Amino acid sequence: MTYLLLFYEFFKIGLFAVGGGTATIPFLMDLAERVDWYTTHELLDMIAISQSTPGPIGINMATYVGYTTAGVPGAIIATIALVLPAFLIMMLVARLFMEYKENKTVQAVFSGIRPAVAGLILFAAWTVLRVTVFIADGNSYKPDVTALILCVAILIAMNLPWFKKAHPIVWIGVGAVIGIIFKL
Amino acid sequence: MLPMFRRECVQRYHWVTDEEMLDLYAISQCTPGIIAVNAATYIGFKERKVRGSISATLGVISPSVIIICIIAALLKQFIEYPIVQHAFAGIRVAVCAMLIMTAITVARKGIKNISGVVLFAGGFALACFTPIPLVLIVIIAGVIGFVLSRYSPGKPKTDQKEGQL
Repeated sequence: MTYLLLFYEFFKIGLFAVGGGTATIPFLMDLAERVDWYTTHELLDMIAISQSTPGPIGINMATYVGYTTAGVPGAIIATIALVLPAFLIMMLVARLFMEYKENKTVQAVFSGIRPAVAGLILFAAWTVLRVTVFIADGNSYKPDVTALILCVAILIAMNLPWFKKAHPIVWIGVGAVIGIIFKL
Repeated sequence: MLPMFRRECVQRYHWVTDEEMLDLYAISQCTPGIIAVNAATYIGFKERKVRGSISATLGVISPSVIIICIIAALLKQFIEYPIVQHAFAGIRVAVCAMLIMTAITVARKGIKNISGVVLFAGGFALACFTPIPLVLIVIIAGVIGFVLSRYSPGKPKTDQKEGQL
């Protein structure tokens, strides 16, 4: 049953996460709240691991969630389920390659989806902020000051011209070191 | 990811041209799924039809599956140490910052006009404050995009070089 559910959920994510690996994050966040396969904290650790290991982030996430939920078979099932929609669609696209991209209807539909997906990613960021920086305390949110400063500092640093091209692993390393020093 | 794809598939094996590579990239931005998988499926299909697609796709996902299984197994043992926990607490904050950055980048690329802003804000608000499933939000946004460009004089623009790694 778990296998079937894993397949169903990841197939759905694979089908609707348009625009690459990061688009899977809001869906995974949502999944974390609906089923008890993993917590939002675990998901965040996973994003960090995905950013610092080879391979596309979406696949890494599927493998990790599958593995923690149902071992190696789970890992394989979740990964294949995630990839399957893209695989089937690309086979079609490969036949009609250029027509698809230039197709007015396809363009129109995606002109609506792209901004909405950006909104969903922002939602994911907010969900994450709520468990790491603004800790829910009853009905109000209390900021963890060290975490807040770290978060803002990294955001600013990422926009400085010298670090614009820095690999994500740099920021993960910075986070780890500061986490250890300040005992976050 | 992309530079390596280019070196192997374009320069070494001549499976695709540089132009095809770019088109593939653009198309991956507007199909579900991960770019690497899309590219592998496409190139595999071009070379050896369905069998080629299956081999190339399995090839591109195998390393991740193996590496992540090992890491997931190891992580369970190390997570007990306080130092690892502190490190991960810091890492989570860093991931947070990266996610915000990603949202900004994606928004910049995806929002082309006022209706884009509305869809962006609407997507965020619906996800945040209502129990509407995310999948449904994506579908609604697609329908709105379709209806808007049907009934407005401006044509939707294509952007060839958008995208991240």
